Amino acid sequence: MCHARWTTSALVAFAAVAAIPAAAQQPATVKLGIVSFLTGPAASPFGIPGRNGAEIVLEALNAGKAPAPFDKVGFGGAKVEAKYVDEAGSAANVVTEFRNLVQRDQVDAVVGYISSGNCLAVTPVAEELKALTVFYDCGTPRIFEEKARSYVFRVSPHATMDSVGAARYLVAKKKSITSFSGINQNYAWGQDSWRDFVGAMKVLAPNAVAEKVLFPKLFAGEFGAEISTLLTSKSQALHTSFWDGDLESFIFQEQARGLDKRMTIIMTTAETAMWRLRDKMPDGTIIGARGANGPLARDTPINKWFHQIYTDRYNIPPTYPAYQMAQSLLGLKLAYEKAAAGGKPNADAIAAAFKGIEFTGPAGHVKMALGDGHQGITETAYGTYKFNKQTKQPEIVDIIRFPAECVNPPPGIDADKWIAEGMKGAKC
Amino acid sequence: MSRFEVDGSDVLTAFAILTDGLVYAAYLFIVAIGLTLIFGVMKILNVTHGSFYAFGAYGAATAVGIYANADWPAALGFLFMLAFGMAVGLVMGVILERGLLRLVYGRDEVVVVLVTYATFLILEDVIVLIWGPGSYPAYQPLVSAGNTEIGDLVLSNYDIILVALAAGLAGAAYWALKFTRYGRLLTTVIFDRETAAAFGINVTLVYTVTFIIGAMLGALGGAVMAPKISVTLGIGVEVIVLAFAVVAIGGMGSIEGALIGALIVGICRAAAVHLVPQVELFVIYGVMALVLVVRPYGLFVRAQPRKI
Amino acid sequence: MFLIAAAAGPALPDWVVSLTTIAFSNALVVLGLVVLWRAGLVSFGQALYYCIGAYIVALIGRWAGFTDAFALVLLGGVGAGLVAALVGALLARYREIFFAMLSLALSMILYGVLVKTESLGSTDGFSVTTPTFLGFALHGDKLILALYWLTLGIGAVAALAVGTYFRSIAGALAAPIRDNEIRVEFLGVSVTGIIHIKVVIAGVLGGLGGALGALTIGHVDPNMAYWTTSGGFVFVTILAGAGSVAAAFVGSLLFEVIRTIAVDVMPGLWQMVLGSVLLLTILFLPDGLGSLVARLKKRGEARS
Repeated sequence: MCHARWTTSALVAFAAVAAIPAAAQQPATVKLGIVSFLTGPAASPFGIPGRNGAEIVLEALNAGKAPAPFDKVGFGGAKVEAKYVDEAGSAANVVTEFRNLVQRDQVDAVVGYISSGNCLAVTPVAEELKALTVFYDCGTPRIFEEKARSYVFRVSPHATMDSVGAARYLVAKKKSITSFSGINQNYAWGQDSWRDFVGAMKVLAPNAVAEKVLFPKLFAGEFGAEISTLLTSKSQALHTSFWDGDLESFIFQEQARGLDKRMTIIMTTAETAMWRLRDKMPDGTIIGARGANGPLARDTPINKWFHQIYTDRYNIPPTYPAYQMAQSLLGLKLAYEKAAAGGKPNADAIAAAFKGIEFTGPAGHVKMALGDGHQGITETAYGTYKFNKQTKQPEIVDIIRFPAECVNPPPGIDADKWIAEGMKGAKC
Repeated sequence: MSRFEVDGSDVLTAFAILTDGLVYAAYLFIVAIGLTLIFGVMKILNVTHGSFYAFGAYGAATAVGIYANADWPAALGFLFMLAFGMAVGLVMGVILERGLLRLVYGRDEVVVVLVTYATFLILEDVIVLIWGPGSYPAYQPLVSAGNTEIGDLVLSNYDIILVALAAGLAGAAYWALKFTRYGRLLTTVIFDRETAAAFGINVTLVYTVTFIIGAMLGALGGAVMAPKISVTLGIGVEVIVLAFAVVAIGGMGSIEGALIGALIVGICRAAAVHLVPQVELFVIYGVMALVLVVRPYGLFVRAQPRKI
Repeated sequence: MFLIAAAAGPALPDWVVSLTTIAFSNALVVLGLVVLWRAGLVSFGQALYYCIGAYIVALIGRWAGFTDAFALVLLGGVGAGLVAALVGALLARYREIFFAMLSLALSMILYGVLVKTESLGSTDGFSVTTPTFLGFALHGDKLILALYWLTLGIGAVAALAVGTYFRSIAGALAAPIRDNEIRVEFLGVSVTGIIHIKVVIAGVLGGLGGALGALTIGHVDPNMAYWTTSGGFVFVTILAGAGSVAAAFVGSLLFEVIRTIAVDVMPGLWQMVLGSVLLLTILFLPDGLGSLVARLKKRGEARS
C-alpha cells in the first residue's frame, strides 16, 4: 500500500515536470538558450552585461536594424526567441539545465557560459546530444585542446591571449623590468592566468624575476596581509586577474596604502570595473579588456552602432562580456545564414558553416582559426588608465594593439606548450 | 651575513605579520562575536548571521551614499554609517526573532539551524530585490582615514581603527557580562538554561534581547567592513564559514574564546601569506580541526558534565 | 517502487531520465544522512565522501583506462568507506554541532587540496570518461538509460540494505542513542562503536552517490566537496524526513523537480523559492514529507 502511494506521488512529480510546456515550434522562429550568471557574485560584472548584450543585439537583429552584413531580420529572416537561464549552481545543476534547454525546450542553439568549469562540463554533453553550442566568455583553452569537437564553438579568444598580451605590453612599457609579483585568486582562472603570464614573461624578459606569488582564496575580500607583503617587496609591477568584488576590494585597500604608487599594476579584467570605479581606479593602471573590447575597441561603424544601442538602453557603456556575447551571436547568425541555403538548417549544417568562418564585429575581426575551425582568434589591446579630471570621464591612453597571431598560439599546438617553448611562430 | 643575524627586512616582515594578523583578527572577531553570543545563550548556530553581515554592509553603503552626497565631515559620516548599519541589524533581529524563531524554539537544535539556513537563502534574494545585483562602493571612510608609514610598510589608519574597535568591543562585552546585571543574567543562562529559569529569570526575554544584540553586532561587522570591500552579492556566504570556525575554535558562547580564536587564526594566516603562501587556504580549517581534536568543545568552554 | 520507475524509464524523455538519475544518486547520500540523523547526528561534511567517490571514478577512468561502470561505482563506494572508517574513529567522539563542524572542516580540507592541485584542473575539474557496462560501450540515450537503471539498481540494493539495518538491533538503537547515550552505554553497548559504523555506512552511501553522480554528469570538480554541497544534501534530508527509506528517494526527486521549476520560472530568484519551500516544510511538516504520507495513511486507515 505504502509503495503504491510513493509511486503515485513519484509519477505525479514526473508528470508535473514533463508538462512544463515546451513552447510550440513556430516554423519561422529560431530558439536560442542564453546561459549566463544572473545571480551570485559573477552576475554583476559578467553575467548581466552578457545577458544585456544578448537582449539588445537580438532585439536589433529581429528588427533588421543591424548594419551589413548582419542586416537580415533575425537569423536568415526567422525571428529569434531567447530563453535566459541562470548559470548559477553546481556542475550537476548546469548540466541538467543544459539538457533541459536542448531536450525539453528544444532550442536550436545554446549560447552562454562564463565559468570554465561549466564549459568543460557542458562540452561532452553538447557533443553527445549533437546540440549546437557557442561558449561566449569562459577562458580555458582546454576545451578544444583536449579533443576535437563537432558541435561546440567559441568565437571569443581564450584566456591565453590576455596573459600574453599583458606580458607584451608590460615589457613594451618597462623594458628594464627586473622584478614583478602576482596576486591572483586561488582557483583555476587565477592559477591559469598567472601561469601563462609568468611563462610569457620568461620568454619576453628572461632577466625579470617573479618575486611574490600570492594566491588568496576566492572572494577573500580582505587583502591586508597580501598588500603588506607587496609593500615590502622590490617589485616594479604587479599582475592580477582579479575580478569584481575581489578586484574592487583590492583596489580600495591598496590605494589606501599607496601600493599603486610603488608599482605598476596590471589588471587583466579591469575594464569591467572602470565605469563603476571611475576616479577610484588608480591612474597608471594597465587595463585589459580580454580583447579589443569596450574602450579598447577600434572606432569602426559597427562598434559605434553596438556601443550606441547598448548605452541608450542600459545607461552604461558595454563592457567586454557584452562584446563577447555580441560577437558570438553575430558569428552564429552568419553561420546560420550561410547554411540556410534552402529552408531551416539543422545543427550539422550550421556547424559545417561555422567552421573556420571569418567576420568583423564590434570587437574587431574574428578568424575561427584554432581547434580545427571551432575556436576564434582576434587581436587584443592593452592600455593605461587615466581619469580625465576636466571631463570627469575615464580614459585609456597609450593603447598598444597586438595582432591575433602575435598573442594566440598557432593551430596544432597547446597554448601552454606554445608559451613554454618560446611562443614560436608569433607574428607581431 | 650569518644565519643568525636578523636584518632590517626580517624585522619589518615580522612586524608586518603582527600588524596584518591583528587586523585580520579584528575582522574575524567583530564578525564572530555576534554569532558566539547567540550560540552561547540560545544554543542556536545562526546561519542567518551571514545575512546580518550582508545587510549591515549594504546598509552602510547606503548610508555612505547619503552622507557623501550631503558632504558631511568624515568622522560624523563614519559614526552615521555604523549607526545605520546597526539600525538595520536591529530591525532585522526584531523581525526574525518575533516572527520566525519564536515558532521553533522548543524544537531540536538542528531544526533551528536549518530554519536559519532557509532564512539565509531567502534573504540573499531579498537583497537582490532591494538593492539589485550590482555592487556598491563605500570607500569614503577608508580613504579619509589616511595612512601611516613605518619604513617600507604603509598601514591604513582605517585598519588601526578596526583593531581599536575590536578591542573596544571585546572590552565592552567583557565588562557588560561581568559587571552589569543583564550581563550576569546572560552568563547564568549560558551556563544552564533550566536552572536559570528555575531561579525565576525570564529566559524568553533574555533570548529575545540576546538575538537582537547578536543581530546588531553581525550587522556592525558588515558595516565596519563595507568601506574596505566591494559590497556585492555573496559577501554573506564567505563570512559564515569564517565566523563558525572562529567560534568553534574559541568555544561557543565564550567572548574570550572568540578573541583568542580570532588572534590565533589571524596571526597564523598572516604568517602563512608572508612566509608559506601555499598553505594559506588551509590555515583556518587546519587550526579548527587541530583545536577540536585537542579540546572538543573549543578552547574556552569546559566540557559540560553529562546529564543522565 | 523501483521496479515501476525502472519500467517507466524508456518511456520518459531523456532529460527527465537524466534528472531522475541525478536525483537518485543524491538520494543515496541523503540515505546516509538519514542513518546518522536517526541517531541525532547531522553531518555537514557528506560532500567529502561524495567527492571522493566521484574523483575515484574519474581518476581510475583517466589513469588506468578502466571504464566498467559497475566496478567503478563499487570502487567509489569502497574508497569513500575506507576514508569514513579512518575519520570515523575521530568523528565518533563528537556530538551535535561539533560533529557537524568537524565533518565540515574535513570536507573543506579536501576542497582546498583539490583546488591547489592544478594537474587535476583545480576548480575547473576534468571530465569523466564514458563508462562501459560489462564490456558494452553505449552511447546517447541508451547510455542515459543504462546509467538510470544502474542507479535504480544500486538505489534498490541500498534501500533494502539500510532497511534491514534499521530493523536490526544496531539500527534500532539509533533512537535511544539520540535520546540518552549514557543509558545506552549502561546496556553494555559501545555507543562510539555504533556511531563509527553509522559514519562508515553514510560514507559508503555518499561515495556510491558521488560515483554515480560523476558518471551521469560526466564531470568532476572540487565544488563537490564544498560545504554548500553538504548543505544541499542536508536540505533534502529535512525535506524528506527521517521517517522511511523511500522518503530519501522521493524527497531527492522532489527537490530536483522544484529546483528545475524554480530556475525555469523565476531565473533570478530561485534561491528564494528553495528557501521558502524549506522553511514551510520545517514549520508545517516537522518530520518531513515522510510524515505527510504517514498522516495520510493513518487517515485512510481511520476511515476504513
